[in-house]
Amino acid sequence: MKKILIANRGEIARRIIRTCERLGIETVAIHSEADGDLPYVGEATQAVLIGPNPVVQSYLQIEKIIEEAKKHGVDAIHPGYGLLSENADFARKVAEAGMIFIGPSSDIIEKMGDKIQSRRTMKQAGVPVVPGTEEGVATLEEALQEAIVIGYPLMLKASAGGGGIGMVRCESEQALTQQFASVKNRAKAYFGDDIVYLEKFIADARHIEVQIFGDHQGNLVHLYERNCSVQRRNQKVIEESPSPNLPQDVRERLCEAALQAGRAVGYTNAGTVEFIVSPNNEFYFLEMNTRLQVEHPVTEEVTGLDLVEWQLIVAGGGELPAQDTIESKGHAIEYRIYAEDPKTFFPSPGKLEKLQWGEGARIETGYEEGNLVTPFYDPMISKIIIRGSDRVDALSKSQTFFNQTEIAGVKTNISLFKEFIRSEEFIAGDYATAVLPQWMEKTKEEHTL
Amino acid sequence: MRELKASMAGTVLNILAAEGEAVTAGQAVLTIESMKMEIPIEAEFGGKVEKVHVEVGGFVNEGDLLLTVGE
Repeated sequence: MKKILIANRGEIARRIIRTCERLGIETVAIHSEADGDLPYVGEATQAVLIGPNPVVQSYLQIEKIIEEAKKHGVDAIHPGYGLLSENADFARKVAEAGMIFIGPSSDIIEKMGDKIQSRRTMKQAGVPVVPGTEEGVATLEEALQEAIVIGYPLMLKASAGGGGIGMVRCESEQALTQQFASVKNRAKAYFGDDIVYLEKFIADARHIEVQIFGDHQGNLVHLYERNCSVQRRNQKVIEESPSPNLPQDVRERLCEAALQAGRAVGYTNAGTVEFIVSPNNEFYFLEMNTRLQVEHPVTEEVTGLDLVEWQLIVAGGGELPAQDTIESKGHAIEYRIYAEDPKTFFPSPGKLEKLQWGEGARIETGYEEGNLVTPFYDPMISKIIIRGSDRVDALSKSQTFFNQTEIAGVKTNISLFKEFIRSEEFIAGDYATAVLPQWMEKTKEEHTL
Repeated sequence: MRELKASMAGTVLNILAAEGEAVTAGQAVLTIESMKMEIPIEAEFGGKVEKVHVEVGGFVNEGDLLLTVGE
């Protein structure tokens, strides 16, 4: 592989360029009008203006991106995460155009993108899935009937959904009746498909995922787990590995179940198997992400590996190392810094007047001081990854880092992190997915007392 | 006459109040999409909508005039 095109933007484009540079691979970056001044554009070997600011006119322009890739004579396309990374149609068209799509085959993407089908596939492979409907529920009557068997509270989800969008928790028959049509309509609007299904709601659950990797020789390995339970609006904010308060035997069984899931579909390249883990350590398959994850640096920090390099090796036909050579050492925590109000979580676009980072962290950012955080894309400014000899060490380094960090020009969630990482809930480590909103509610009450 | 201004930059997704319509304080009058999120913009005061200064699909910067509302 001599030259690749990166069909993405910001920090992940920059991250991919860094590995390519080290390996002597040339890169072609694509950018919208608004992104022309971002560092990744200048750091790539070549850069192409792909279109106007809205993603549908730029980063989601399948035909245009493939055309540019061909024009530049690239061997492969790296989709990053988000945008076209889990678009089976894009993966197929890249392959048809005679280039390598850096990721699994379009068939696997399709199979795992349909949540009902992926649940069925996993169940057949012996991987435990959250109890729920086997098929989509077409009508409200059918949903109410199925709900009696599953029991309340339950989750009403879009089969084509993901990333925290297109799902709602229903406490009762009334709630399900109220939500049914609206979730169906939203699914149609967002994902072009209005199929919905029901899943049992697992109370006080943790969200733990396992990083897996497959090659074209049939080897499949895992790179341990990440706990991603600190969330806001069903989206991850902090991820860490190893997962605190997880017994070693459960950890091993989780990793084994993830490999079973990967084997069931003949998985290749980087993938993540997400599980819901109950307070008594029962776990269920939730979904599979067929791409590099935002939080992949957490795994890189504990294993000492470069996952982008592995993606390039596998895509080029290379072989993976043996499972017993992959070790996890120490502890790593990733914090996602968002341009948003730390209380309401409303976005806060603007100019980064000051961007002063603390010491002792790996910083993955798509911005430099003076850049604009525009309203057209995701609010993430940066990922902060802190590694320690153990969790206590990582937490203490995190505190130092945040105390030294100063960002001006946009609102950020740094003040929230400063407080939250000192909370009993986070320090104890046995937190569930509702920990952040619950802690915020509690501190708000304490302040008003 | 009072002015309702955009609290953040973004694209106008929909307009929920028509010219001539009476609105009350706290009522959502339009939705702005910013950073992949839909944000309801509420009227800070009640009154009759005199003029809508934006259109669906249009882009607004922070501080741009959205609506003028009569007493």
